[in-house]
Amino acid sequence: MNVPAAIAIGCSAGGVDALKAVIGGLQATLRQTVVVCCHSSSDTVGLLCEVLGRTSKLPVIEAAERHQAQPGVVQLAPTGYHLLVENDHHFSLSIDSRVNHSRPSIDVLFMSAADVWRSALIGVVLTGGNNDGAAGLRRIRQLGGLAIVQSPHGAVAATMPQAALDLAGADHCVPLDDIAPLINRLCMA
Amino acid sequence: MSAPGLDNIEVDLLIQALQRRHGYDFSQYAPASLKRRVQQLTEQLDCKTISGLIERVMHEPELLPNILEGLTVPASDMFRDPTMFRGLREQVFPLLASYPQINIWQAGCAHGQEVYSLVILLEEAGLYERTQIFATDLSDRALQQAQDGIYPAREAQQWSRNYQASGGTRSLADYYSARYNLLKVDQHLRRNVTFAKHNLVSDSVFCEAHLILCRNVMIYFSNPLQNRVLSLFRDSLVRGGFLCLGLRESLEYASSAGEFTPFAEQLRIYRLAIHQERKLA
Ligand SMILES: C[S@@+](CC[C@H](N)C(=O)[O-])C[C@H]1O[C@@H](n2cnc3c(N)ncnc32)[C@H](O)[C@@H]1O
Repeated sequence: MNVPAAIAIGCSAGGVDALKAVIGGLQATLRQTVVVCCHSSSDTVGLLCEVLGRTSKLPVIEAAERHQAQPGVVQLAPTGYHLLVENDHHFSLSIDSRVNHSRPSIDVLFMSAADVWRSALIGVVLTGGNNDGAAGLRRIRQLGGLAIVQSPHGAVAATMPQAALDLAGADHCVPLDDIAPLINRLCMA
Repeated sequence: MSAPGLDNIEVDLLIQALQRRHGYDFSQYAPASLKRRVQQLTEQLDCKTISGLIERVMHEPELLPNILEGLTVPASDMFRDPTMFRGLREQVFPLLASYPQINIWQAGCAHGQEVYSLVILLEEAGLYERTQIFATDLSDRALQQAQDGIYPAREAQQWSRNYQASGGTRSLADYYSARYNLLKVDQHLRRNVTFAKHNLVSDSVFCEAHLILCRNVMIYFSNPLQNRVLSLFRDSLVRGGFLCLGLRESLEYASSAGEFTPFAEQLRIYRLAIHQERKLA
C-alpha cells in the first residue's frame, strides 16, 4: 500500500473504552486524517470527543459538514447522521435511513473514505455488537487499502470484528493494545 | 470488480440523462451521498449497472417518480430534535403572535412529519387559526404521503417522547388514530396546510413567509446550491422573519448567509436582518 493518508475507525458496543485505547495511543506527530464512527445511544457525540480528548495527543472534534477533513486531527461522526467524505476531502452529512440499524453507519463512512483515499487508507474495526463495518472494510481492501481488525477473542463484543474478518478478512488481526502502536508504525513515512 | 472510477463516470452520465430527459438537475448535490443513493436505486430497480439505470431513465418515463423518490430519500420524524421545537414554541411563537396572519413555508417536507409537528405546536399555542402553511417538496410521491399523513405505528413511542421533550402539553395520541400497525394523523390538522411541488434547484420565490423551515435538506447540496437556496429564502422572508435549519448545518461557506443573524444559534434558528428603513410590523 501507499503511505497512508487517512485512518477510518469503526466500533459500537464497548467502543468507548476501545477508542480510548486506540486514540490515546496515537503519536502526537501523526499527520494522517483520522475519522471515526462510533454507534452510541447518547444525544450528541460532544461528550465522547471530550472524554477522548483528555487522553489523546491529537485534537478530537466532531466532524462538521462542509469543513475539510484535517490531517493530524481525530474527527467523529455526529450522532444521528451518516458521515461521508467527499473527493476534495470535505465532510458531508446525510440523514438517509439507517444502515445496519445504525446512523451513523460505519459502512457508509468506510465506503466513502475508500472512494476518496483508495490505497492510502487504513480501515480499523473494533469491538461491536452488530455487523456494521464489514462491507465497508471489504470495500477498503478491494480498493487497495489496509485492514486492521481487533481480535474478536479479547473484544468486549466479538460480533463486529468477527463479521469483518468473515466478510473482508484483514491484513492485521491483533489485540486492542497492539492497534495504536501498529498504526503509528504504518504511518511513519 | 469494474475499473476504478467507472462508477463516477456513470453517475455523471445519469445526472446528464435526468437533466436532459426530464429537466431535473442533480449536478449540484453533494456527490458522495448522491452516489450511494444511485447505487441503492440501481439495486432496487434490479439494474446490473448504473448504465442500466440510465437506459431505464431514458426509455421508461413512468419510472420518474420512483427515481426521484430514490434519489431524495424522504426520511423524517415527528419532533426530530425536540430542543429545536421547544425553541420555536418558547422563543419564536411569541414574536410571530404579533402578526395578524402568519405564513410558514416548510421546504423539503418529506412525508410531512415535521409539518404535522408544527401544526400541533401552533394549535397548542392558539396560533393555528391564523396560520397558513405551505409545505413543499421535489418529490410527488413524498407530497402524496405527506398529505395522507399515515405512518408506521412503531414510530409512535419515539415520537411521543420527542413531543413531550419539545414541551407538548397534551398527549400525542390525541392527534392521531391507530389501526393495525399504522397511525393516521387527524385530517382536521391539515386544514391550513397547502402541499405543493417546488424544486429548490430551479424554482423561484414561493410566498412571503414569516417563518421558513428547511431542515436537513441543504445538507445534500454543494456550497453553490446551498448559497442559491439561502438567497431564495432571503427573498421569501419578511424583514425579521425566521429561518430554521437542521442542527448540524453549517453556514460558513455561503456568502448569502450574511444577511441572517443568529437568533438561537445552537438550535440553528436565524433571523433575516432587520434593515433600518423597515421595521418588524
Ligand atoms: C431528509 S428529508 C428532510 C425532512 C425533514 N425536513 C426533516 O428534517 O426531518 C429531505 C427532503 O428534501 C427534499 N428535497 C431534496 N432535494 C430537493 C429540492 N431540490 N427541492 C425541494 N425538495 C428537495 C427531499 O425530497 C426530501 O423529502
